[in-house]
Amino acid sequence: MSFERTQEKLKILADAAKYDVSCASSGSNRSNTNKGLGDATGMGICHSYTEDGRCVSLLKILLTNYCIFDCAYCVTRKSNDIKRAAFQVQEVVDLTINFYRRNYIEGLFLSSGIFKSADYTMERLVAVAKKLRLEENFNGYIHLKSIPGASDELMKEAGLYADRLSVNIEIPTKEGLKLLAPEKNREDFIKPMIKVKNEIIQYQSEKKIIKSTPKFAPAGQSTQMIIGASGESDQQIMWTSNYFYKKFNLKRVYYSGYIPISYDSRLPQIGTDVPMLRENRLYQTDWLMRFYGFEVHEILNNEHQNLDLDVDPKLGWALRNMDFFPVDVNKADKLMLARIPGLGMKSVYKIIQARQFRKLNWDHLKRMGVALNRAKYFLVCDSRDFERRDLTGPQLKSIILQNSTSKYQTILSPQLNLFG
Amino acid sequence: MVIPEEHTLIYDGTFDGFLTGVFHIYELKLQTVIFQKPENLQESLFGNKVEITTDLEKADRVWKGIKSKTSAKGSYRLYSAFLSEQPQIETLLLKYIQQAFKSSRPIDSDFSNETVLKVSQIAKSVGREKHRMEAFVRFRLTNDGIYFASVEPDFDVLPLISKHFKSRYADQKWIIYDLKRGYGLYYDLEKVELMQLSLPEGFDATKTKSDYFTASELEFQTLWQDYFESTNIASRKNMKLHVQHVPKRYWKYLSEKLR
Repeated sequence: MSFERTQEKLKILADAAKYDVSCASSGSNRSNTNKGLGDATGMGICHSYTEDGRCVSLLKILLTNYCIFDCAYCVTRKSNDIKRAAFQVQEVVDLTINFYRRNYIEGLFLSSGIFKSADYTMERLVAVAKKLRLEENFNGYIHLKSIPGASDELMKEAGLYADRLSVNIEIPTKEGLKLLAPEKNREDFIKPMIKVKNEIIQYQSEKKIIKSTPKFAPAGQSTQMIIGASGESDQQIMWTSNYFYKKFNLKRVYYSGYIPISYDSRLPQIGTDVPMLRENRLYQTDWLMRFYGFEVHEILNNEHQNLDLDVDPKLGWALRNMDFFPVDVNKADKLMLARIPGLGMKSVYKIIQARQFRKLNWDHLKRMGVALNRAKYFLVCDSRDFERRDLTGPQLKSIILQNSTSKYQTILSPQLNLFG
Repeated sequence: MVIPEEHTLIYDGTFDGFLTGVFHIYELKLQTVIFQKPENLQESLFGNKVEITTDLEKADRVWKGIKSKTSAKGSYRLYSAFLSEQPQIETLLLKYIQQAFKSSRPIDSDFSNETVLKVSQIAKSVGREKHRMEAFVRFRLTNDGIYFASVEPDFDVLPLISKHFKSRYADQKWIIYDLKRGYGLYYDLEKVELMQLSLPEGFDATKTKSDYFTASELEFQTLWQDYFESTNIASRKNMKLHVQHVPKRYWKYLSEKLR
């Protein structure tokens, strides 16, 4: 491959792909076969981190940034005046293999602008994956983008070579999509998702009977939503997310704070801050839904359409539901322990194991790493010392806020000063 | 009052040596024991010195005993914690082993026990370093067709990462060399072996010179550096988070940070 040509393309097509936030390389079960190259079992690895603090796990590039669509929120939209480039299939294969051999990456995340047609584009993405698997005997991680509108046959083939497939729904509401990407409709996004979901279900049932059934997208499907581009509420975002988790068995939904890239009047203007704190709160909510046993409507509902920015969503929920507390850490079940602010799932498991040996007191909890500055108001343990005041939610909130400093202080303080 | 006699066990610093020492402690019913390595031996006026000769059979007996009294996780933690090379780690591990042998049920999950919690915390730091090495190793292709990486891990984690690299890079020869401890892992397409290199005079492991590395090696480093820059989103810059994930002490062998 010609070094200079590849270098230029890589710069353009990596830059264009960076707004896709997924970098997961975990959840697959593809092991090294026939002494080939690579192994995608076990947990993912972040080989580096960019200066914005995001994980670099996969070679994340577009096959091309030529695109026939003109979605307002997208940097590669047709009407945008930027440099365009396109990789050849072999170039992507060579880059992936050589990066992988040097332990730079866990694999490839290949997306693309849509050129000519959905099927034409999808065919080329599949060709890269196929070549890596069949010609290079590559067992590393491959994440392919499902191109909206691609045929069922191509989606089926994609799943045979890829570990993960994803299609980004981008805008959380139908109305927002209509405004910002009038040429697209939600059905086009959903069609490949349904196909992949059904194939995964079929694979899992066939695998029980015939062990050698070829793998189908073992790391499942994911999607991404842009946050703060179309005026949607947190409730709309998370209810949409919940719908996709439940309906399509998604492994992950990603939330990407909108980064202003155009002067289009339909969108936040260039220079507007990226809503990073809001993004963080949405991810926390996502975690509460997936790992902590919360239902989405407990956190976001018609009364609470948006998450608090000054406290995390679990603390927010606890403050609105003080009658659940205090919880006895020596007796409560896993799900109730998980609801105590300041306790993560790791602490929960440690507590459950350790309390079989003796009753736990404050000292034990502290040494295990529980964030007592928040948790102490919500639990009792083997001690006569506990919060005895009958505090209301708002009272407790102000006590906790006074005694803690958020890493988002600079973002939060201008708002707090308004009332100061 | 009887003051228990203090014994200093001098061993070779290997895990098997440590286990052999534990064997002697039980055999001779020693009470107060300090482990020392010959290189940092401190002269003490009191106490008895016992030289331990590593005996694989004895070590294995102790290891089997430990395994029968702990979960797989527990014995792995013990080994990981040993690799931390922390001062007096042997004393802590001995305490753990003695408690494990005494207890009627496995103690590994008793996180309200100080010894257990301490061992699990140290093992966790070692685990973190293991994971970092799996991430931060950067191979460079040498003129001999071997993918070579130099590292200086905080803890002696090469034994823990061997399997990971063997199953991943099954079709290429590779060396991961710990410059701090002066030994490495060498995979010859069949098996992984421990090895020691006599590095050429004036060899600088942070430089990619054509005397040692292939012509295309620098090109791939450049492409990787370009990629690293292009995939960054400037408007989200967060150097604090960046350095937290990639601490500065690792930068000198990370090709993307060498620009």
